[in-house]
Amino acid sequence: MVTYIVRRLVTAALILLGASFLVYLLTAASGDPLAEFRASSSPNKQQLMDSRSALLDLETPAPLRYFKWLGGAAQCLVPFAGTCDLGKNIAGQPITDALGHALVQTLTLVTAATILAILIGITLGIITALRQYSSLDYGVTFMAFLFFSLPIFWVAVLLKEFGAIGFNNFLRNPEIPLPVAIGVGAVFGLVAIVVAGGDARRRVLMGGTVFAAVSAILVYFSVTLWFKTPGLGPVVIAIAGVGLAFAVTLLTAGLRNRKALQSALIAVGVGVVAYFVIQPLLSQATFLMIVLLAVATVLVGMGIGYLVGGYDRGQSMRAAAITSFLLGLLIVLDRFMQAWPAYFNNSRVRGRPIATIGAGTPNIEGDFWILGLDSFTHLILPTTALILISLAGYTRFTRASMLEIMNMDYIRTARAKGLSERTVVMRHAFRNALIPVATIVAFDIGGLIGGAVITETVFSVRGMGFLFLDGILHVDPNPVMGVFICVAITAMVFNLIADLAYSALDPRVRVKA
Amino acid sequence: MSQPSQQDEIVAEQANLKGQQAAGIEPVIEARGLSQGQIVRKRFLGHSGAIVGLVVFAIIFLMAFTSVGYAGIPGWWKYTHEAVSPLANDGAPTASLWPLAWGEHPFGQDRIGRDLFAMTMRGAQQSITIMVVIGLIAGLIGVAVGALAGYFRGWTEAILMRLTDIIIIIPALLLAAVMAQFAGRRDEGSWFASFASTNGVLALGIFLGLISWVGLARLMRGEFLTLREREFVDAARISGASNARIIFKHILPNAVGVLIVNVTLTMSAAILTETALSYLGVGVKSPDTSLGLLISQNQEAFTTRPWLFWFPGLFIVLICLSINFIGDGLRDAFDPRQKKFNPKKARDTGSPLAPGQTPVAAQEGSAGDRAAGGGAASGDKGA
Repeated sequence: MVTYIVRRLVTAALILLGASFLVYLLTAASGDPLAEFRASSSPNKQQLMDSRSALLDLETPAPLRYFKWLGGAAQCLVPFAGTCDLGKNIAGQPITDALGHALVQTLTLVTAATILAILIGITLGIITALRQYSSLDYGVTFMAFLFFSLPIFWVAVLLKEFGAIGFNNFLRNPEIPLPVAIGVGAVFGLVAIVVAGGDARRRVLMGGTVFAAVSAILVYFSVTLWFKTPGLGPVVIAIAGVGLAFAVTLLTAGLRNRKALQSALIAVGVGVVAYFVIQPLLSQATFLMIVLLAVATVLVGMGIGYLVGGYDRGQSMRAAAITSFLLGLLIVLDRFMQAWPAYFNNSRVRGRPIATIGAGTPNIEGDFWILGLDSFTHLILPTTALILISLAGYTRFTRASMLEIMNMDYIRTARAKGLSERTVVMRHAFRNALIPVATIVAFDIGGLIGGAVITETVFSVRGMGFLFLDGILHVDPNPVMGVFICVAITAMVFNLIADLAYSALDPRVRVKA
Repeated sequence: MSQPSQQDEIVAEQANLKGQQAAGIEPVIEARGLSQGQIVRKRFLGHSGAIVGLVVFAIIFLMAFTSVGYAGIPGWWKYTHEAVSPLANDGAPTASLWPLAWGEHPFGQDRIGRDLFAMTMRGAQQSITIMVVIGLIAGLIGVAVGALAGYFRGWTEAILMRLTDIIIIIPALLLAAVMAQFAGRRDEGSWFASFASTNGVLALGIFLGLISWVGLARLMRGEFLTLREREFVDAARISGASNARIIFKHILPNAVGVLIVNVTLTMSAAILTETALSYLGVGVKSPDTSLGLLISQNQEAFTTRPWLFWFPGLFIVLICLSINFIGDGLRDAFDPRQKKFNPKKARDTGSPLAPGQTPVAAQEGSAGDRAAGGGAASGDKGA
């Protein structure tokens, strides 16, 4: 095992050296860094050209410059020495600083998108595999192909137009006309008919219920101008919490496990009480506090499950912990909604909250909630675009993997010995289907930080992709090399992790020592 | 076998069980007496999604190459992508569905009066050209590298695969930028620079093809690694076949399914790469036009002239979608484990197959789907 890892790392280092040499030469050959001065007519033209030449060290031929750069970069390998030197960019800023800043921007952009895409994609994949050849399956398959084929810059412009400008106009006077409300309700009802399983009667009933509920809620929103002052309130949280408790118990333990259901419901009760207790505390929230509260919530949930017990304590604990975590999310969401009017009327936002460019409103001031809302309104469009185009891959892949597993002999055995369908799907099939998905996920995370060049360009986020593109356009090798090194190292490390994870998860696969 | 043994009975029982479980899966009686090529063709023609994709792609192909002409041959459309004509109907599209009419400028005109239909057709030409060039080059290099590495193993494999590893992590964007730079230098010309400046799209396609073979090479190597251990290869070698003969006559025909499917998927990813590069300004450059460039030039005018934005995007999606569906159909056709699914039969279940017919295991083309997932994952990189 250790030999294998060491061998892989040594190979990776050699590949990195070769590739970085090529990338350096290509960048240096990709253009003339003095082009902008050659055409200029300014009197100090020669001086400008000389200073640029000195800055980029153009006198030295590119292969030699690479080794100079490599000498500086090699110092990064010395831990804690602080002598890391990746050179400076054309504006004189050290690359290490620029990279640090860009990395934060990119990570905030892609993290939420990736997590959501993986969650939604896997869920859709599993559901379509369980309902193979249903209308839902055909619909999702077609959507997957469609999303494969969408150019992201096109989606991004559409989102900007309809998601941001259109929605902001709507927020100015958030009244929903009755026909629109009924139309939206009908669309949701149709989706429910397709999604719901079972016989025709059940499907129509389901569709009708959803149609009525959605239309009624929209009319209610319109009458109370809910979008001006959104909020959930304790009643909605309690109702949603009970629903969550049932759903979580259904998935993790099965409704026949009464103790698990009890612990989940108790967790909801505790959560609703905590909603009132915690409000003053939340008014002075910090990020750290939210994280601590989340940990505390999960611990309380596990505690409830432990105390309630039952014949399978672990299941009760799991159900209660997941329920309380989700309920905590609802409470935080409610608090964000409470801060909405203040954000909406902020002098910097001026009533047009959904932003089309950038990663934050410049010079905005406010507490944790206002700043959180600000990131949210800036991130929602790029995140949606990224989710749309990466969703399809996960869906198709999970579906294929799940279908393969569901045809395995041990699944038939599990059914034959009388296990409930829930146990078969959640315990026997789902976990095994995730093994190949896990490797793909690791692989994708490796390619993430360099993978959002176009999204960053369209939404003017100054992240890694921006740094890279800017370096190329200015024929400036140092930022290009910085980004390349970061991206390549993460990609290779995560490739290794993917291979190791596969052999760890699937005992049939062994790495060659 | 004259007397069915107990084991045979069990096998038959299992076969029946599978038949019941996978209701609606038709047995492959169609395969009797047909060559492999015939089976594949039959399956492909039975895949409605692929046929629709093929028809749509054929229509777009014909429209794109006949309407505005190609390589100096004039087309039937009265405008070219560079010709400026006075604004009719304030530049709005004149095509209408009811009454069905084509009009003077069916897709409208841009601000200075160029015909959007001609520009879109020209862009579609570029996209299709790039797609074909990339498919050809990536296919050839990928097969060569994968076959050599997988067949000869040893040092050949080590060197070729490390080369693949190096190229796989070099960003396409950088190469495109270098290419664009070469194409820009018309005057100071090496032969390549002059070629690139006159045939911008071809040069871009060649460059992208030179880096997109890596995924294919890995797949082909895997195929060759398994196939070279098979008995028929041993048999061929013992009867004195040369290495070249074994590779071309014995192994390659068996790997051709994987090859075709993945070339198709590479091609559909290639279209998106080209449009993305043109959008970023390092692909096809003005005065020539491409679908990505059209969108990039016109996105600011979305509120005033939305059609400038809709039609090029629509054509990107249509081309890419039809290629993806064709690829899906090919995958289903080439996968030997693939079943033919009939939803009507699935509904009236409870009709177990007659013994004697061989039911096909109801495994969705997992390996193929997985390859598609991988292809999609690598296609996402351009995002």
